[in-house]
Amino acid sequence: MDIGSLAANGFSWYMMQHQSAQGDSTSALTLSSVKAVSMNFSHQIVQYLLSGFSTGAIYSLIGLGFAIIYNSTGIINFAQGEFVMLGGMLTYFFLTVAGIPLFASIILSVIIATATGVIFERLAIRPLRNATPLSLVIITIGGSIFIRGIAMLVWGKDTHAIPMFSGTEPLFLAGATILPQHLWIFGITILIIVINKLYFYYSISGKAMRACSYNRNAASLVGIDVRRMVLFSFAISSAMGSVAGMIAAPLTMTSYDVGVMLGLKGFCAAIIGGMSSGIGTVLGGLILGVLESLGAGLLSSGYKDAIAFIILLLILFIRPRGIFRKAETERV
Amino acid sequence: MSHMKKEMIKFLLFTAAVIITPLFFSGGYLMNVLVFVGINTMLAIALNLLLGFAGQISLGHAAFFGLGSYISGVLTATHGFDPWLAMLIAAIATFLMAFLLGFPILKLKGHYLAMATLGFGIIVYISLNETVGLTGGPSGLSGIPNLQISSLLFDNDVKNFYLIWTFALVTILLSTNLANSRIGRALRAIHDSEIAARVMGVNASFLKVQIFALSALISAVAGSLYAHTMTFISPASFGFNFSVELVTMVVIGGLGSIYGSLLGAALLTLLPEFLRTFQDYDIIVYGLLLIVMTMFMPGGLVRGIPGLFGALLPKRMEGGGENA
Repeated sequence: MDIGSLAANGFSWYMMQHQSAQGDSTSALTLSSVKAVSMNFSHQIVQYLLSGFSTGAIYSLIGLGFAIIYNSTGIINFAQGEFVMLGGMLTYFFLTVAGIPLFASIILSVIIATATGVIFERLAIRPLRNATPLSLVIITIGGSIFIRGIAMLVWGKDTHAIPMFSGTEPLFLAGATILPQHLWIFGITILIIVINKLYFYYSISGKAMRACSYNRNAASLVGIDVRRMVLFSFAISSAMGSVAGMIAAPLTMTSYDVGVMLGLKGFCAAIIGGMSSGIGTVLGGLILGVLESLGAGLLSSGYKDAIAFIILLLILFIRPRGIFRKAETERV
Repeated sequence: MSHMKKEMIKFLLFTAAVIITPLFFSGGYLMNVLVFVGINTMLAIALNLLLGFAGQISLGHAAFFGLGSYISGVLTATHGFDPWLAMLIAAIATFLMAFLLGFPILKLKGHYLAMATLGFGIIVYISLNETVGLTGGPSGLSGIPNLQISSLLFDNDVKNFYLIWTFALVTILLSTNLANSRIGRALRAIHDSEIAARVMGVNASFLKVQIFALSALISAVAGSLYAHTMTFISPASFGFNFSVELVTMVVIGGLGSIYGSLLGAALLTLLPEFLRTFQDYDIIVYGLLLIVMTMFMPGGLVRGIPGLFGALLPKRMEGGGENA
């Protein structure tokens, strides 16, 4: 199953579970039609907004990963989506296959995904000091194919499910159904954004990383170890990507190839936000998630992924540098 | 002029090599693979015109390939058009679409351009999947007729080999001429610095759109040829992965080198065939090769292979100099 199911809102997920529990197709059918009638239009909109925000939160986290690496290195890391995939798949492995408790599984998964990111930077990015941006793009694409291939060998091509973090009993909010997992997504996303902000503005290494994003040469002149900052940026991004993957996985299921589309959507969010590693990308992700969810719900679910990219093209045609960035003059 | 003469000799030698190739592999499975090498060569050269010469990235070139394929396929299989006419319509339609798209999209630069072309590619890919009534959706479109010249029907690998490679050779010839013309120099000027090129009187934005549309046109012709030789097409051949594969062919072969694209296309088409013995491991080897090739041959094969020899030779000469 692809990430399309992420936009499948809590309500329909609840219905799905209910139907399979009933095991009787006719009664399940009447139940769903009764529910569908009772759910009026404004409730539907609230529902789409809610699921849009939760999808958008995931996109924001992935997009921030793109932006952090881009700002410290100028590299677009096309392997970012694979860390998202690793987050979900590793959690699946530790939680479901190895039977390790949830919290420990999460910690282990983040550690392994981060280590993968660090190893990737050391082996593939650092040796290339004077590479063109294009060959760096190719290298990260090669890295993503490699990581995906390994995941396919280890876990196979099947789609795997992860249990919800805290039960499946839905809550009702303003006429919309919301699953506890949605709250997990919102909570963890906000937590990560806050930690991110604190790190970048109140810690020495965070400030050093910001200095690198303004001007790498100047940063190295004042004694900042730029190469270490590049390593940090890969570590932070892969950790954030893996967290995004594991909080989304209980709603979407996960497989070795979910990283491609999720990565692209995260990249979209970062582009809409003008590649800022702050609030711009977060808003970009939320806008993307909400528009996608509304489009899928009200227009056509088959074109859901296309909607995101049509919006992206329109934004790029009208505001070529993202909506949250002032126009810049190019220096010759 | 001597440069052009050298290019001509290179081209004629290569043409001769192509003509005699089927004598050695006739009928074998490799013949079929070489047909694909021809199609991918056209695509890689088309992308190289844009990426290597004008310096504009496209991560959605599989879309033009797909549009060419599907316009040809639908017109012939569903509406009974003559294949050659369908091919012409596909080429013109794709050219016009790229031309119109080129104006807004080529205003973007760098990663924004990469993202926009990528988005366009995905939109086309999804549309091919979703318009089931027209394209047959994910299960594909079958019953596309072979091309035919009077009584000569291109229905086997050897005939297709000559058909495809005729087009590929024409593409090589035209691109070589274009690269060595005033336009080729203007494109390289844009590649180095768009603003400097503008100052020198190059109409950069219009030239970029023209080369984008030309690149799309060649891709569409390759797409039509693909549809008529395969007689079956499905959207899976025209996704994001294939766009990436095309960029890889160009970069591994060598940016801005026509024969480099040929090498890149040949390598990336033949490689999976050899890696097939590894079964599921092939994707890992493929990813590793991408990384290793880019790390150790950043100029691509055309510059990397002579570079390997070059790295050995000067060392000896230096050693000799120290002794003396």
